[in-house]
Amino acid sequence: MPKGVTHMATPKTIIDKIWEQHVVHQEENKPDLLYIDLQLVHEVTSPQAFEGLRMKGRSVRRPDRTFATMDHNVPTVARHIINDPVSKKQMETLQKNCEEFNVPLADIDHPDQGIVHVIGPELGLTQPGKTIVCGDSHTSTHGAFGALAFGIGTSEVEHVLATQTLWQARPKSMNVKVNGRLNPAVTAKDLILAIIAKFGVKFGTGYVVEYTGEAIRNLTMEERMTVCNMSIEAGARAGLISPDATTFDYLKGRRHVPEGEAFKNAVDYWSSLASDEGAAYDATVEIDADEVEPQVTWGTNPSMCIPVSGHVPAPEDGRSAADKEEIERALEYMGLEAHQPISSVTVDHVFIGSCTNSRLSDLRRAAKVVEGKKVHPSVKAMVVPGSQTVKKAAEAEGLDKTFTDAGFEWREAGCSMCLAMNDDIVPPGERCASTSNRNFEGRQGNGARTHLVAPEMAAAAAVEGRFVDVRSYLTAPV
Amino acid sequence: MEPVKHHTGLVYPLNRSNIDTDQIIPKQFLKRIERQGFGQFLFYNWRYDNEGNPKEDFSLNDPAYEGASILIAGENFGCGSSREHAPWALQDFGFKVIIAPSFADIFYNNCVKNGILPVQLPEEQTSELVKKAESGNYNLSVDLKNQVVYDDTGFEASFEIINYLKEMLLNGWDEIAVTLTHQDKIDAFEQAQEKTTSK
Ligand code: SF4
Repeated sequence: MPKGVTHMATPKTIIDKIWEQHVVHQEENKPDLLYIDLQLVHEVTSPQAFEGLRMKGRSVRRPDRTFATMDHNVPTVARHIINDPVSKKQMETLQKNCEEFNVPLADIDHPDQGIVHVIGPELGLTQPGKTIVCGDSHTSTHGAFGALAFGIGTSEVEHVLATQTLWQARPKSMNVKVNGRLNPAVTAKDLILAIIAKFGVKFGTGYVVEYTGEAIRNLTMEERMTVCNMSIEAGARAGLISPDATTFDYLKGRRHVPEGEAFKNAVDYWSSLASDEGAAYDATVEIDADEVEPQVTWGTNPSMCIPVSGHVPAPEDGRSAADKEEIERALEYMGLEAHQPISSVTVDHVFIGSCTNSRLSDLRRAAKVVEGKKVHPSVKAMVVPGSQTVKKAAEAEGLDKTFTDAGFEWREAGCSMCLAMNDDIVPPGERCASTSNRNFEGRQGNGARTHLVAPEMAAAAAVEGRFVDVRSYLTAPV
Repeated sequence: MEPVKHHTGLVYPLNRSNIDTDQIIPKQFLKRIERQGFGQFLFYNWRYDNEGNPKEDFSLNDPAYEGASILIAGENFGCGSSREHAPWALQDFGFKVIIAPSFADIFYNNCVKNGILPVQLPEEQTSELVKKAESGNYNLSVDLKNQVVYDDTGFEASFEIINYLKEMLLNGWDEIAVTLTHQDKIDAFEQAQEKTTSK
C-alpha cells in the first residue's frame, strides 16, 4: 500500500491472523480444516497413533514437519537402567515407529534429548506464526513465541500424522492483560499462578488466551514460556504472546531458524503477526502485576494457591456447597489445617524441573539462592534440567557444582518427578515443593502432596525445610 | 469407531468438580502401547488402597452401580493432561455416556473420537440427576439424534452438541478417511505456503 493511504482493514488479533493463514478448507456447519506446521511427538501418547496408521496402511504425510523425543519415561540417573519393562517397551516402540515412518528422533542418547516443550524452542523448531500440536496438554508452552500451539489426544495425533491437518472449530479469544511491572524477585511462575488463583481453573475453557500488557512485554523468552505453559491449567488449550524483539533475539542463530536475508524476511513476517492496536477479543480480564507476591499452592489444583505470606483457607471460605466440599477434600488430602500459615508447612522433597521451570535461567536463579548454603537435613532435593543442552550449559557455568555442594542431586534431562512415571516418585503422605505445573492428587506419586512454586522459592524451601518468602531471604545478610 | 445413536443404561453419580485425567487414569498405567485394557485402572487411586484392595468408601466399588454405563460428574470434568487413556479407560470399563455441567476441551474431543457421548447439561439438571442416581438403580436414556436425555419418570432435558461431532458419532466415521478426500486442497495449501516462505 502506498504511503499516506489510510488502512481501514479491521484490526485483528494474532489468533485471527494465524488461524486465517492456516485454513485449508471451510464449509458451512463444519469446523475448519486447519493446517498444522509442526507436530512434536513423545513416547507416551504416540504408540497407538502409529499403530493406527499401520493398521490402515497409512503413512506419515510430512515426517519433515514431525519431531520426536523421549522424555516422560526416561530415567534421570543411570540412563540405561530402565527397571520397568513396560516403560522400556514404550521407548523401544517409539524408536521403532520413528525408524519405520522416517520421523526424526532425539532418543535417550541424543545430545538434543529433553522435555519436548524445552527442546522445540531450543532447536528453533518453534517459531512465530506456526500451528504446533503435540499429544501433550502443555504444548501451550510454544505459544510464548506467537505460535498457535495446543495439546491434542492420540486419535488427533494419528490424524495429524496422516494428513498434517485437524478439524478445528474456531476458538474464542481472550485478552489476559497484565498491567504494570512485577516486583523484584516475583517471577513469571508467581504471575501465572496468581492469574489462575484469581480467575479459576476453567476461565480459559473454550478460549485461546493472549497475554498482553507491560509486565508481559518485560518478560524474557524463558519467562514467557513459563506463563504460556500453564495456560492449560486455566482450561485454555492455547496461550500465546505476540512476538517482538525479545522473540527474534532468542530465535536468531538457532538450528532450524532461517539465516541471513531469510532471517530478515522472517522477522518482517513475524512482526506482522502481532495483534493490531484495537483488535477485539471475545473476553478480557486484567490483573495488576504489582499485586502479585511469591505464590505457593496449598491444594489439589493449581487455582488453590495463596501468597507465601498467606494462610490456608477453610471450607467455610468456599462460595458454594461444592466449593466447600472441594476445599475440605483438598485439606484432607494435603494434610493441612484450615487457617494454617503456609510458611509453617515443612517439606520433605524439593523438585526443580519440568517444562514449566527447567531452563537455564530457572536453574541460575535457583542456584543463586542455594549458593554457599546447605539443603536442610530433612529434605531430599533434586534438579532435573529440561534438556541435555540445558544440562551442558548449566555445567559450563558450574551450576551443577553449586547445587551438588549444597546437597542437591543433579540429574539427566526428562520429565522426572513432574509426573513420576519413571523412578522419581514422592512416597505416600510426603510433601514436595515442586517447580512443575500440576498439584493434582497422586501426580508425583500415589498419596504424594505437591506444592507448586517458582524455582527460587523451591530452592529456599530446600534450604529452610519449609516455605519462606524468598524476597526476605535474598536480601538477608549472608 | 462404532456409531452412537441411542443409549439407555444405569447411572453412576460421581459428584465432584474438576476431576482431572490424572484421577481418571493415573500415570503408572500410561506405559502400555495398546488401546485396550485400561478399564481395570479407571479411577485407580480412588478405587484401591496402597495394597491394591478395593476401598469400600468409594462408591464405584458399590455393587449397586455394577454395570453402570452413564457417568454423571461435576463441572470441568476431564481437565488436565491430554491423555486419551482417560476415555479409553472409561469406555473399557463400560461407560458410553458422560454427563457434566462442563468439560475440559481436549477431553471432550477425545471422548467423541472414541464414540463416547459427552452430554453437557446445566448444573441444576445434573444435580437433580445426581440425587436420583444416588439412591441407586436409576436408568437414563440418551437420544443423540434428537439431542435429549430422559427417564421414565418424566425427566427430560435437551443438550447441545456441534453438528459435525454429532454426525461423526451417529455415523461412526473414520475421520482420517474423510479428511483424505480433501487431499488436493492440502497439497495446494502446502504448495502455496512453500511459495510465500521461499520468496
Ligand atoms: S515436564 Fe511434566 S508437564 Fe511437562 S511434558 Fe513432562 S510430564 Fe508433562
